[in-house]
Amino acid sequence: MRYAETGYNLEVDLSRGMVEKVMTDPKLTERHLGGQGTAAKILWDRVPPEVDPLSPDNLLIFSSGLLLATPVPGANRTSVDTFSPQTGLYSHSLFGGFFGPELKYAGYDKIIFRGKAPGLIYLWIHNDMVEIRDASHLQGMGAQKTALVLKEELKEPHAQVAAIGLAGENRVYMASIEHANSSASRGVGVIMGDKRIKAIVVRGTRDVNVARPAELAEIAIPLYREMYDNKDCGDSMAHGEGDEFHVDNFAWGNARSRRKKFFSKELEQEWLALEKRLRQRWTGCHNCPKDCHQAIHYPGRMPYFQKCYSKLTYAMGSFGDLSFDYDIIGITQEYGLDAYSTPQAIAFAIELYEAGILTDEDLPDFPAPDGETPEGFKIHESRFFYLVEKIARREGIGDILANGISMAARQIGRGAEEYDHNTIKKFEQVPIKLNYVNYPYFLMYATGEKMNITQIEGSFPQMAIADMKEREKFVKNWDAAPERFKKWLLEWEPRTNLPLDAAVHVCDWNETMHYIDDSIGTCAFLSSFRGQFGGRPPYHIHNLPVFITRASGVELDTDTLWEVARRNRNLIRALNIRRGMRRADERPPADHWKRREPETEQKLLDMYYEFKGWSNDGIPTRETLDRLELDYVSEDFIARGILSDE
Amino acid sequence: MKDGTKSRIIKRITVNLEKCIGCRACEMACSGFHAVPKFSSTNPARSRIRVVVEDRKDIYIPIRAAGYTPSECESRNTYSIKDKNYPECGLCNASCPSRELFREPDSGLPLKCDMCESVPPLDEPMCVQVCRCGVLTYDEWEERRDDQVNREQMEIGLQSLVNRYGVEKVMERIEQFSRNVKR
Repeated sequence: MRYAETGYNLEVDLSRGMVEKVMTDPKLTERHLGGQGTAAKILWDRVPPEVDPLSPDNLLIFSSGLLLATPVPGANRTSVDTFSPQTGLYSHSLFGGFFGPELKYAGYDKIIFRGKAPGLIYLWIHNDMVEIRDASHLQGMGAQKTALVLKEELKEPHAQVAAIGLAGENRVYMASIEHANSSASRGVGVIMGDKRIKAIVVRGTRDVNVARPAELAEIAIPLYREMYDNKDCGDSMAHGEGDEFHVDNFAWGNARSRRKKFFSKELEQEWLALEKRLRQRWTGCHNCPKDCHQAIHYPGRMPYFQKCYSKLTYAMGSFGDLSFDYDIIGITQEYGLDAYSTPQAIAFAIELYEAGILTDEDLPDFPAPDGETPEGFKIHESRFFYLVEKIARREGIGDILANGISMAARQIGRGAEEYDHNTIKKFEQVPIKLNYVNYPYFLMYATGEKMNITQIEGSFPQMAIADMKEREKFVKNWDAAPERFKKWLLEWEPRTNLPLDAAVHVCDWNETMHYIDDSIGTCAFLSSFRGQFGGRPPYHIHNLPVFITRASGVELDTDTLWEVARRNRNLIRALNIRRGMRRADERPPADHWKRREPETEQKLLDMYYEFKGWSNDGIPTRETLDRLELDYVSEDFIARGILSDE
Repeated sequence: MKDGTKSRIIKRITVNLEKCIGCRACEMACSGFHAVPKFSSTNPARSRIRVVVEDRKDIYIPIRAAGYTPSECESRNTYSIKDKNYPECGLCNASCPSRELFREPDSGLPLKCDMCESVPPLDEPMCVQVCRCGVLTYDEWEERRDDQVNREQMEIGLQSLVNRYGVEKVMERIEQFSRNVKR
């Protein structure tokens, strides 16, 4: 019997209209766990670097993490993995909600799409019954509206749906996949649209088994209370407290301007009152007691779910207000647009227009600004509404902006490249512009394979706690940390950089925790992202092996779990190396920090590569790969001349 | 019992719909607890508590399986509370042919909440234990009930049988019954 996982993947060949249920190799679970880990192995085996992301030979993989549908609370992440036409590299995103658990109850760990459907289709999975069905009647329909219509049509109120909106159908690169209260972004929605998949509907009524039931329940059941009571886990910033942090520290417009004195007590009251009016309730994801998502009903818009800091990204991109942001998400979520990169692409276009690079010819009937902020920034709410329509429809200039800022800048030319100042590896970054280079952050930005800093950072505190007594207390209760980090935190002089070797280890630990979460499906807000605030994440490197072993039967301890994460991290690195990514690409934007330390930064990269067992060009060495049982990768690298045979 | 009353423990789960975040932890805990061996598997379809969700209408209703009914109602109930229209039968807890809830997915046999009866007894049913948001709360108390036969009610029943079948046939059947029933 298979534990925690079902032991089956669903293979869907869209070109031929074939569906197959395929048993998986339990050895791969031992090596990679599940989720992103096993998905990376499939991408390595089946999508060679010559495959264009928009070709039928690209795969789109939906993976439920290994611990989903077990009693382990807060394990509900579905990983979506493919290759992106925007970056030409590996593309990965996670979404929460209820889809992954339902997929397991239907009897599958993954859905692997290959080929392209001749017309718009949806996939209907009901346990062993799987059908590719015509979706022409859903063409152009909003993502959540699609979910409602399909559940009604199929008379399956308990089914779970993941769908794309107009943006995905039109192959907009920043298209998202929407599901219940969650969504997947970062370049996966475009592939779903390219394969002509409007939606996946899944309903499952099978059992999912665990290896050591009594022992697992003993540690899982008390966690509901612990998580609920722990204010340092979940999306604590969602409940209002994050607003000040985001508006005062992140840059507005096209990642340009800090507004340090923007926030005030009066504004806070005003915003909380507005949210109270718009919010129907707080909601959570499958089997998790944290309420991180707001159900919002904005007048005139379909009710939607707001999560993370999307309530500010459109406001900050446009210098608009909070109400505008809640209004426009009502549109963008139905179109299925990523709330991180879309507002940046729009703000970028507005800057080009203001600079005369884009003209009225590119933007016919472009609205005037809606006014000015007290500091003199122009407010662009109407222009945002205008450009959202253009992008979602790939109409006029929208057809270029829909390729992401980096590619759009090169297509537009005429100096537009200068305005592409917030991308790494052609991908839009969180708009943070700070004064002094921060060593671990330099490494995370430069070398992270998951493209967004929120998917890389998270275990080691961002700042030294100034009060020494408080810091000592923090360290004393810091069960989540491996021993070596305690000393580094205690000795850290506030407002200075960590020693270089500490920076290397911090980057390594931070990203390792994400590689673990993303293979087993535990939410980063309970684990890899949360330790940096408060130091008490419910899941960490020391207790996760116990949960994984008791649920899945895969024997692990702290060291061997770290080793699995290292294997997955190197395999994903290898996917990008094989597509040509090298050291030269590992560069945070020039203006990310005002005061750079080029020599130290290069020294950091040297040290980090060496620590990781990579060459000076960032390529995992043969020795590293073979030690991680990735000898098939080193063989391939040698055959392709990426590594030499010596 | 000498005074003609019986005592029993009344167990109650109070459901606060406003607090539900729709996480369905109750379903996980219920199906795990009732698996054999305990927690060896989970499957919401086997859970005796289900959360009826219509997320775009802000409807979240945890319902516990009550009795099995072989036939569905002659009519349907819908409720509207504070301008919110609840789904048809959405507040009903019967295992009924009109819906797929509360049936064993393999056999189709009805499921019924047993308040997690077990030896030793739990402090609270599992669904309540994992519902930290305070939607489900548990209490219990002892209640004494009048055990005396309500003569009037019995006579109404007997009279209708007599009216329909005649006194002799009814007497005859009662005599046959009384021979078969152990006293």
